[in-house]
Amino acid sequence: MIARFLAAIGAWLRHSIQDLGFAVRSFFIIIAASGGLFRRPRLVVEQLFFVGSRSLVITTVSGLFVGMVLGLQGYYTLTTYGATQSLGQLVALSLMRELGPVVTALLFAGRAGTSLTAEIGLMKAGEQLSAMEMMAVNPIQRVLAPRLWAGVIAMPILGGIFTAVGIIGSYLVGVVLIGVDEGSFWSQMQAGVDLWKDIVNGTYIKSMVFGIAVTFIALFQGYQAQPTPEDVSGATTRTVVISSLMVWWLDFMMTAVMFSK
Amino acid sequence: MQRKSLDVWVGLFVLLGVAAVMFLAFKAGNMSSLSFTDTYTITAKFDNIGGLKPQAPVKGAGVVVGRVSEIVFDDKTYQALVKLDIEEGYKFPKDSSAKILTAGLLGEQYIGLEAGGDEANLAEGDKIARTQSATVLEDLINQFIYSKAADGKDSK
Amino acid sequence: MGGSGSGKTTVLRLIGGQLRPSSGAVNVDGQIVHELDTENLYLMRRKMGMLFQHGALFTDLTAFENVAFPLREHTDLNEELIRTLVLMKLHAVGLRNAAQLKPAEISGGMGRRVALARAIALDPELIMYDEPFAGLDPISMGVTANLIRNLNDALGSTSILVSHDVKECFAIADYVYFLSSGKIVAHGTPAEMAVSTHPYVKQFVNAEADGPVPFHYPGKTLADDLGLHAKGSR
Repeated sequence: MIARFLAAIGAWLRHSIQDLGFAVRSFFIIIAASGGLFRRPRLVVEQLFFVGSRSLVITTVSGLFVGMVLGLQGYYTLTTYGATQSLGQLVALSLMRELGPVVTALLFAGRAGTSLTAEIGLMKAGEQLSAMEMMAVNPIQRVLAPRLWAGVIAMPILGGIFTAVGIIGSYLVGVVLIGVDEGSFWSQMQAGVDLWKDIVNGTYIKSMVFGIAVTFIALFQGYQAQPTPEDVSGATTRTVVISSLMVWWLDFMMTAVMFSK
Repeated sequence: MQRKSLDVWVGLFVLLGVAAVMFLAFKAGNMSSLSFTDTYTITAKFDNIGGLKPQAPVKGAGVVVGRVSEIVFDDKTYQALVKLDIEEGYKFPKDSSAKILTAGLLGEQYIGLEAGGDEANLAEGDKIARTQSATVLEDLINQFIYSKAADGKDSK
Repeated sequence: MGGSGSGKTTVLRLIGGQLRPSSGAVNVDGQIVHELDTENLYLMRRKMGMLFQHGALFTDLTAFENVAFPLREHTDLNEELIRTLVLMKLHAVGLRNAAQLKPAEISGGMGRRVALARAIALDPELIMYDEPFAGLDPISMGVTANLIRNLNDALGSTSILVSHDVKECFAIADYVYFLSSGKIVAHGTPAEMAVSTHPYVKQFVNAEADGPVPFHYPGKTLADDLGLHAKGSR
């Protein structure tokens, strides 16, 4: 009995490691196939529209609301210490280091990730990728690689926009609505924010890493889906779940590396 | 999607991104880590640095004139050796003193430089002789209790 | 020709190099397909055109752009020349005026014809059709069958048609191979096959319910399942 249980775990482990290896190999296959994109940047630009521009609305609106809520909650807490002039710094650092990249990545997984998964899954089910192969066009280079690069480029941009809009949102609530001093709002923020550590490292590098992870997971799930409605829909769910978990884990790793003394 | 309007949306997207970067860099952050002004390094020894951290500001008369670059423990004198990067444009006399002060009540700690009267100025590698350590809260409380107890005894 | 699961589509994929044979070889135009490296495989595929079941058109592109796809990918022709070629191909299948429509906006039969135009965009020497008549109404079926025959003659190509539509195939084919469970069970001209006495071919051509391909799914007999037995044989 025990032996069978252990054997089952062993088999599961082996399968998982094999799947992981396959996924990593697929990732590098896509990167390797990207060389040709320099001659056809148009493909990446088109995908940048679908993946980036179309995510603008949800990112901006979410950023605004997150910033406003942060401003409000931050004010309530800081009031008890009489430290409301630090509101700007509180909001800016929270957004830049954590909320900006992470929330943007989760939204991105939900909006762009699922649409990528469904698109690739359906293209595969309708034999469009096979047809491309038979027409001597490499579907990995033509279809998958542009989408991956578009995601890698779009995520940092979206992360930055989310963070900036969030700060503006907290300004609207804190300074304009509640009446925190405008001067100290900005000056304390500027004093506490480090260009390299918080903005470049925190917002942009984190967003880019999340972008790579989320986009690749979305493409991979779509490509591996069986050509049935159940499996394509299962694949989109898996994209969101796996992307989200990956984002949390990567965030912890990066925070530990970037922000330790 | 027509080729032209797609380009417009992508261009707009990238522009917004750039605007966000500029906003974050200039309005929300400070460019001080990007400053390329020349600095000269001087050192100061403290008995207790309290909460002083690297990159903390060095201020003269409240104006930022440099940054703390390094803090190490000197195991020969059992004091903290603090290295200060002062911007080239700011000169302080050789007998200036350095104090560790706190910004506000609970704020970050910084180093305040008070000018002395010497005619010669501090140069690269010089040491600040007169330093005052950070105020440790526990010592203050002990002092307070002590003095209260002393008052109590006197008035008996 | 053959029943479902007899291996017809597999043969096409072996010819196109999408599947590797576990033994034996596929020889196309003097070259062994599975021994070609990627570059040469792609060069060989340019000489082939394939019409997939249900068309496999690129749903995000218009009919025009679908047909132009192989031209844009493999030739350096300028846009004007491409336009002329694409319109000619679409004209050959009767859909020149539907050039600006997307696959979702045209019927299945029309989509099949656009896919056919795309398959012949580069004037291939070998054209493969995977179940081209699947799901078409009688009119579309007749149109498609005629197109396949006429294009084959006009281009001087070789066409391989995989289907189980006996009537249409026999009308346009020069030679027929019957597959069952991955083996060729019979072959000959349509006329010979129509009167063949081979049990599998006979069942297939005459659409008989029972024969070498059994009606009942194999397993227990009815008597066993219902617990019935002849008297005295318990």
